[in-house]
Amino acid sequence: MFLLRTGALLLALGSIVAQAPPVPAPYTVLSTDGRRPLPTRLIGGQEMFALDDLAKLFELSVREDSLAGGLTVTARSQAIVLTPGQSLASVGGRLISLPSPPAREGRAWFVPVDFVPRALAAALGTPVELRKPSRLVLVGGVRVPRIVGSAEVLGPIVRLTFDVAPQAPHAVTQDGSRLFVRFEADGLDPTLPAVSAPDLVQGLRLGDGASIVIDLGARFGSFRTSDLPGDRGSGRVIIDLIMQTTAATPAPAPPAPTAPTAPPPLIDLAPAGGIRTIVVDAGHGGAEDGAHGPGGTLEKNVTLSVARRLKTVLEARLGVRVILTRDNDATVELDQRAALANNNKADVFVSLHANASVRSSAAGAEVFYLSLEEYGDQAQRVAMGETEALPVFGGGTRDIEVILWEMAQARYIEESAALAKEMEAGLREHVPMSPRAIQQAPFRVLVGANMPAVLVEMGFITNAEQEKQLVSEAFQISIVQSIVDSLTRFRDKQAARIAAPPAAAPARPGGGLRP
Amino acid sequence: MSRRRMLVVGVVAMVAIAGAWWLTARILSRRGSGTPQTAATSSAAPAADARKIHATLYYVAEDGMSLVGVQREVPFGESVLDQARQIIASQLAVAPPPLASAIPVETTLRALYVTDRGDAFVDLSADVRIKHTGGALDELFTVYSIVNALTTNLPAVKRVQILIDGKEVDTLAGHVDLRHPLQKNLKWVKTEKGDT
Repeated sequence: MFLLRTGALLLALGSIVAQAPPVPAPYTVLSTDGRRPLPTRLIGGQEMFALDDLAKLFELSVREDSLAGGLTVTARSQAIVLTPGQSLASVGGRLISLPSPPAREGRAWFVPVDFVPRALAAALGTPVELRKPSRLVLVGGVRVPRIVGSAEVLGPIVRLTFDVAPQAPHAVTQDGSRLFVRFEADGLDPTLPAVSAPDLVQGLRLGDGASIVIDLGARFGSFRTSDLPGDRGSGRVIIDLIMQTTAATPAPAPPAPTAPTAPPPLIDLAPAGGIRTIVVDAGHGGAEDGAHGPGGTLEKNVTLSVARRLKTVLEARLGVRVILTRDNDATVELDQRAALANNNKADVFVSLHANASVRSSAAGAEVFYLSLEEYGDQAQRVAMGETEALPVFGGGTRDIEVILWEMAQARYIEESAALAKEMEAGLREHVPMSPRAIQQAPFRVLVGANMPAVLVEMGFITNAEQEKQLVSEAFQISIVQSIVDSLTRFRDKQAARIAAPPAAAPARPGGGLRP
Repeated sequence: MSRRRMLVVGVVAMVAIAGAWWLTARILSRRGSGTPQTAATSSAAPAADARKIHATLYYVAEDGMSLVGVQREVPFGESVLDQARQIIASQLAVAPPPLASAIPVETTLRALYVTDRGDAFVDLSADVRIKHTGGALDELFTVYSIVNALTTNLPAVKRVQILIDGKEVDTLAGHVDLRHPLQKNLKWVKTEKGDT
């Protein structure tokens, strides 16, 4: 990835990058005046800039005091004093540490690269950012967003996702066999992914200016884009590259029963499975801490953090509306959580929790769905889709499904079981599982949900090792990835079932009342 | 009657009395473990305080992943209600090592009622909520160690509802639905251990 990024930058800056092959590669200084190369040299294991090069670029004056043995660098009448042998610079009387002292080779003086953002920026009174991985020096208010790309092959679609920080306006245009993603910026700092779908996309590279070029493959048909706001001023650009549907070759295999042949399948924007809204429930909150970890971690904070991440990824990848039962440290009654899902006609309800045990060794994730046996015969009747004959106006009776709101989940037990199975399979790929990975229990938050619903225990917060995992970004991302994969599979299977011939489709208990 | 003969008769009489007492206590104990509500016929027993029944109580297994049923001695109760109170009091006591109690040790039994329909209401102190680990699995263990302790040992008790500080509650720690009486449920119980 790093090599790709470095390579992409070199391509973009090819005309101005020095021809010589010194190691390491030069930095590129980006300012409102343009781009300039700035070579470096390794001296004593430290990467350094020549003070003369900096003087030309930033209009500095350098004076060597032969008596005192010091160096005075003046920038905009502000003096920087360097002393040989000392890893310090004095800027206007303020001492700033440097990773190494200035070095001398012949008559030339060199300073460590960190001199620029630490000392020179202070003297210039201008923000100067040194991005070592991408070898950029950004001066002043230049806009050079970092772009982290990823690619995902979704059957006949390749989805390219670019996380852009800070967010920058952009446009996507096609020119023959290339797509251009042009950003309103002074430059780009990209990490571009490799894509293993040559029929659709040959590769990605940095183009002229602040643009990314996507070289298209022979079977590219069309594309669509969508934008999403990200966290902390970042943005996300999603580009779906869709394979042409007029097959040039004869069909090698019998078509799938539901395979569409005319329009490209807009699998995410118009999901055939009917999942449009997902409610993600961050367990506990406010006055309800939930379980406590031995290191002081509170369950309510873990669930909120994962819920927020899950919302972002679900919206981006599945194109669905995601509603959180809470987006802050608020107390939310259990009734309200299911009611929020019901009132928003959610198609799936996922409650996130962290487990706890009197045994500190207990570990592993678990998935729960509702058990009906604790709710007696009435719940069983609801699950079986039984109706009651009620008298109607004008005489006679009519069979009506009478369902207590608090028993709403009874009609979705089979679907919730299927969802729990997908969740368990998804989690098992990424995180440790408990010996009892799927369980049924009379959980209060699930019983009133009028849609498939599961409760995910992500791990045991009372296990010191798992507590560390639960607060780590990597583990939370793994959980999110697992749940998103599981929901994708659940949606696809639902879509296949709905699309199947009616005779083959299993009866859905009480499905007629669903919006 | 010589002194020696009187001594022999006295010893024989004492042995007979002791044997009868032991036999009575033994029979009562066995009858009590099956149907304690019918065992309240021995009001004349000389050592009523020492009478015990064997009851199955439930504790968290060493791996924390299940409950374990353990046969333990529980003080005898004259009626179903008394016996239910004794069983819950024993269930709230310290667990036999290496098992652990699913109920916070500070929890006390405030009251217990049994209706004619066989619904028992177990009113616990707020410690059961305040001192709880807060985990869903532990909450299931807490609830079902109480529910199963009553429904397994007392056939007259069909369902159990847990109250806290005299009030009905939604849940104990945010998960298990406690708004209705719950039936016996042994799916979280691993295997039964022998007498301790």
